[in-house]
Amino acid sequence: MNGLVFAGLVFLLAAGLSVIFGVMDVLNLAHGSFYMLGAYAAFAVVSRTGSFWLALLLGPLTVGLIGAVMELVLFRRLYQRGHLAQVLLSFGFTLVFVDLVRSWFGPRTYGIAPPPGLGGAFHVAGANFTKYDVFILGVSLLVGAALLVGWRLLKVGAVLRAGVSDKEMVGLLGIDLGLVFTLTFAFGAALAGLGGVVAAPFVAIHPAMDDNVLILALVVVVLGGLGSIEGALAGSLLIGLAYSFGTFYLQEFSIAIVFALMAAVLVLRPRGLFGIRT
Amino acid sequence: MPAVLLAVLISLPFWTPSRYWVSVAIQALILAVFAMSLDLLLGFGGMPSFGHAAFYGMGAYACGKLFPQLTGGGLLAFLAAGMAAGVIAALPIGALAVRARGIYFLMLTLAFAQMVWGLAFQWTSFTGGTEGMSGIPQAVPDWLQEQGQNVWPALRTAGPFYVVALTVAVLAFAGLTAITRSPFGRALEGIRENEGRMRALGYPTYRYRLAAFVIAAAFAGLAGATTALYNGYANPSQLYWHTSGLVLIAVIVGGTRSLLGAVLGAFFVTIVQLVISSYTEHWQLLLGAVFIAVVLFLPGGLISLGRLGWLRR
Repeated sequence: MNGLVFAGLVFLLAAGLSVIFGVMDVLNLAHGSFYMLGAYAAFAVVSRTGSFWLALLLGPLTVGLIGAVMELVLFRRLYQRGHLAQVLLSFGFTLVFVDLVRSWFGPRTYGIAPPPGLGGAFHVAGANFTKYDVFILGVSLLVGAALLVGWRLLKVGAVLRAGVSDKEMVGLLGIDLGLVFTLTFAFGAALAGLGGVVAAPFVAIHPAMDDNVLILALVVVVLGGLGSIEGALAGSLLIGLAYSFGTFYLQEFSIAIVFALMAAVLVLRPRGLFGIRT
Repeated sequence: MPAVLLAVLISLPFWTPSRYWVSVAIQALILAVFAMSLDLLLGFGGMPSFGHAAFYGMGAYACGKLFPQLTGGGLLAFLAAGMAAGVIAALPIGALAVRARGIYFLMLTLAFAQMVWGLAFQWTSFTGGTEGMSGIPQAVPDWLQEQGQNVWPALRTAGPFYVVALTVAVLAFAGLTAITRSPFGRALEGIRENEGRMRALGYPTYRYRLAAFVIAAAFAGLAGATTALYNGYANPSQLYWHTSGLVLIAVIVGGTRSLLGAVLGAFFVTIVQLVISSYTEHWQLLLGAVFIAVVLFLPGGLISLGRLGWLRR
């Protein structure tokens, strides 16, 4: 169960990371920071207003706005300079965000309680589940389903998928690529922020929380295929399962196996298991 | 400019107010070796590694794992073991990684380095787990320990390890300078600029890239061994991607495609990390902001400021 909840959280990050890379060619290392900002936003809102549901609305909005500003003001300058400069820029932001969060909230660890009605646990088939676990799973399934529908059936999804396969052609068809980029980056950031808000009652909120999830989301995106929502979904499930089984049976090698899997996919099938690009 | 820098570093023990500054200089020199090794890969070879800490950490762990056997061989045995560990790890990793380009190379090196980190972190029976390995001796040669202070009285306060770190850094600088100026280094830069053309000219580009990867790993292993000797331990953080990121920052801030730039960047990062951090908690914010500014506005790094202005010879 924990593996599944974990997979749900990682999916919220991986989906945005994957689409951002697919559409914009930006490998956004600040994605874990967006998740962290979302969690801190949740803490700030809940500790002032007491409403988790308000945090669920404001957190992703705030983080999405931050993402939009970053894309408009900074990333935009670097599209001609190639991928490396953008990766480096986003890496610089991981340092900045960690320190900003530390200066606003201090180095201590926070936690927030699950919203009323979602606390507590229940019993099914001899196993214990907390209600909040089910909530996390529900949110990620809902988001996953909405993304899949949007990605496959709506016009926005068609534009984005076209952007993944051939940006120049999309531009020639009269679609404003700059706008698409800004919205993609903001939307990916907002998804990561949502992940942070949803995770907030489930994890410890502290300034190093971005680290582990970023790397895991990267692994998921690589496994599933850069620029693919389906891939992010499948990759998250795989990692969630690998994690829970690995920690049971292969304690000394579970981390190494996850990264060996990532390396193997990159070597043998760089487009990932579900990747669009060849 | 290298001569000025060397003069400053050699005279440092004479004018520095305290031993503290010598320890800062030692750590900067070690990071400088590490950064120069990444610059060979990133600047000269055009291969952006985000997993260079793997080889640095392997160098440190080689010293930690083998120090009972190596102590008899003295300082050179430790440094050679560090370089050998880098080479041994880089051969299989490089053979797979240098096939990839750009972002994929970056992610592949990250994956391999995190794999090595995972082993160091979890395989406690072999690596010591989170604790790592401690008790590694400094292995300063006896003659330096005893006679060095008579020849160079300043060493009494500085400690003899400063000589070790400075010598390693100078030799690494000389070695890497020779490599980058050799026909091999020129060919490597040619491959960075236009691999197809170099292949058409008959260069086995895959082997050149792999060779660069292995050489860079050897020097990273050397830096790792030096840090293990100086601090007396090897631990997983030396292998973690933060370490790969820090050395990448050093190279980019200082200036790629210039070994001197890498050295400058290493001193900058070390000073921010060790010195500025004693005045303000927010050294990461400063480092991140400078890094972002350099990426945006100064692609040639700090060293390119010198090239523009009065430092130009």
